[in-house]
Amino acid sequence: MSLTSPSESTGHQLPDALGRFGAFGGRFVPETLMDALSQMAEEYERAKADPEFQARLDDYLKNYVGRPSPLFLAERLTRLAGGAAIYLKREDLNHTGAHKINNALGQVLLAQRMGKIRVIAETGAGQHGVATATACALFGLECTVYMGEEDIRRQKLNVFNMKTLGATVVPVTTGSRTLRDATNEAMRDWMGSSRQTHYTIGSVVGPHPFPMIVRDFQAVIGRETRAQCLERFARLPDCVIACVGGGSNAAGIFSPFVQDPEVELVGAEAGGRGPQAGAHAASLSQGRPGVLHGSFSYVLQDEDGQTQGVHSISAGLDYPGVGPEHSYWKDAGRVRYESITDAEALDAYQATARSEGILPALEPSHALAQALKEAPRLGEGKVLVVCLSGRGDKDAYEVARLRGEPI
Amino acid sequence: MNRIDALFARLKNEGRRALLPFITAGDPDLPTTAALITELVACGAHMIEIGIPYSDPIADGPVIAASYHRALERGTRLVHIFQTIRTLRAETSSGPLTVVPLVTMVSYAIIHRRGMDRFLREAVTAGIDGLIVPDLPVEESEGLAHQAMAMDLRLIQLVTPTTPRDRAIRIAQSTTGFLYYVSVAGITGERKALPPELAENVAWLRTQTVLPICIGFGISTSEHFRTLAPVADGLIVGSALVKRLADAEKLTRAQVVQDIGRFVAKLASALNDIDAS
Repeated sequence: MSLTSPSESTGHQLPDALGRFGAFGGRFVPETLMDALSQMAEEYERAKADPEFQARLDDYLKNYVGRPSPLFLAERLTRLAGGAAIYLKREDLNHTGAHKINNALGQVLLAQRMGKIRVIAETGAGQHGVATATACALFGLECTVYMGEEDIRRQKLNVFNMKTLGATVVPVTTGSRTLRDATNEAMRDWMGSSRQTHYTIGSVVGPHPFPMIVRDFQAVIGRETRAQCLERFARLPDCVIACVGGGSNAAGIFSPFVQDPEVELVGAEAGGRGPQAGAHAASLSQGRPGVLHGSFSYVLQDEDGQTQGVHSISAGLDYPGVGPEHSYWKDAGRVRYESITDAEALDAYQATARSEGILPALEPSHALAQALKEAPRLGEGKVLVVCLSGRGDKDAYEVARLRGEPI
Repeated sequence: MNRIDALFARLKNEGRRALLPFITAGDPDLPTTAALITELVACGAHMIEIGIPYSDPIADGPVIAASYHRALERGTRLVHIFQTIRTLRAETSSGPLTVVPLVTMVSYAIIHRRGMDRFLREAVTAGIDGLIVPDLPVEESEGLAHQAMAMDLRLIQLVTPTTPRDRAIRIAQSTTGFLYYVSVAGITGERKALPPELAENVAWLRTQTVLPICIGFGISTSEHFRTLAPVADGLIVGSALVKRLADAEKLTRAQVVQDIGRFVAKLASALNDIDAS
C-alpha cells in the first residue's frame, strides 16, 4: 500500500487553478504574500510528481511516524453505544501523538526542497507546533512557533516539549490569545520573511495552496482506512466521523471517500457551551460564508465582518473559521456537520478511557461523542470509523482543572 | 471629477507631491477621528487614508493592529464610521476639506459581509473617494474594481517588493486613482532604514504606468521624505501617527489631535522644501 501518491487515488479535481473549491477558498491575502504562495504551489506540484520526494516521505511516514496506523475495533465502546461496530483509526499512536505529524513532515520536506532555512508555524493545542518542531529537528531547520497565551496556559506540556526540540515559542498576546491570533502573527512574520522562511500551516485553512497541500498530506489517513476496511470487511465503511476545527484530520480521512456515495461522512464541530455567539466554535453549523485568514469559507463573524470570539474546551478546535473544502462539502451536501458540546466531549473522553483503555485528546473526543450518537442510528452490522486524531496526554491538566482535581 | 484624480492633476501642474496621513477610524473615538481629519487637512495633508478597524489585520504591524483592537473594543461600528465621515463632508461647504480626497483602508472581510454593492453605496454617500483593500489581490478584485468604477470610486491596488514585474504591470493596469507602492516586504510599521533598491523599483514602475505612485509602509521621517520624494507622487505615513493615538490614554483628546497635527505639519513643511528645491 502506497502511503502517499495524493490526488489520483483520492479522485480529487479540486481546487481549481485559483484555489477554489466551488465558491470557497481562493487567496485573500496581502500582495506581499502572493508570489510566495505561487512559488509554493508550483513547487508542490513538482514534488507531487517526483517519485523520489514521495518515496522519501513514505519512508519517513513508515519508519519515523510508524505508519500505517492501526484500525482498532472498540468492542466495549460499541456495546456501550449499542449499534454499529465502532472502529478507531489510531492516529494517536503516531510519533508525537497526533495526525499533525503527517502534514508537518510533508511540509518541512517541501520547505527543504525549496531551499528554505527557517520554518514557522501557528499552533492551538500545541500538537502542530510539536509536530513541526519535531520535523525541523529531524532535518536541522530553524523553527519558530506562534502560540496564543491562553493556549500556552492550557497546554504547558507541549510548550515545554517544543522548546526541548529546539523551537522558539513566541507567545501571542493580541486579541483572544488563541489559535486565530497565533495564525495572524505567523502570517505577519511570513510577510517579511517568505524569501528564506516556509510557513507550515497546521490545518486545511488559509490561502491556496495551503488547504490543498495539507489535505493531500493528511489524506494518508483516509487511504489507509479505505485499504484496511477493504481488507477486513471486503467493503467500505458505512460511516466515517472526524472532529472539525480547521478540519485537517477530517479532510484527511474524508477525502479518499468523497467519491463513494455509500460512505456517510460526518464532521463533529465544537459546540462549546451552547449555540449563543462566543460560546462555541461551530463555524459550519452556526457561521456564514466570509473571509478569514486568506480564504473564503464559513466563518463566525458579526454583522460588520469582525471575527467573533469562540470557545471550546479543546484548544485545537477553538477556531472561528474552517477549511474551504469543508464549506464546499457542506453546501454540496456531501458531509454532514454536527455540533458536540464541551460536556458531551468530556463524557466521551471519559467513556473511551474507561471502556477502551485509551485516553483520547479532547478534539477527537468530539468525534467519539458523535459516534456514540450515530452508532445506534446506523444499527448492528454496520461499520463506523472514528478518526482518533490524537492522544489525550496533553489534556490531562485541563481536564483535571475542569474537574477541580489537583494533579 | 473624482477628488483623487483632481488632486493629482492639480499637484502635477504645480510640480508638487502629496502627503497622505493614515489614521484609524474610532481610535480613541469617532469625534476625535473627525477632529483629526480636519486638523490634518489644516496642517497640510492632501489626502486622508482612513483605516476601518478590523479584528484580524494580517498586513498590519503591532501599532496599527493594536489601534484597530482599541477602536473595536470601544464599539466602533461601520455604520457610525460612515456617518461620521458623511457629517464631516456635509458640515464643510467651503475650504480645503471640500476637495481633500478620503480613502478607506478596509479588509475584504468587511466589504463581503456588508455586501459589495451596499458597502460601495454607503461609502459613496459618506463622501469616500477611493478604497484600498489590502487583502484583495488582483486575481480576486475584478468584480469590486468594476463596481467601484461604476460608482466613481477609485480602487487603489498595491505593488510590493515581492511582486514580479509582469504582475506589477497587470496590477497597474487594473488600478485606478493611484498606485500604492509598499516600500518593504513585510507588515506596516516604522523602519529606521528603507531598502536601498526602493527608489530604483519605483522608478521602474513609473516607466510602466501613467498613474500617480504613492509609497507607504515604514515611512515616518523627513529623511525618508527626502530620499523618496524625487521618485514618488505621494508619501503615506501611518504607524508614526497611529502610535500617537495610543497616547489618548494619558493625554486629552485635544492634545492628541494637536500633537499629531504638529507632526504632520512638520512632514508637510519638509515636503514643501523638497518640492521648492
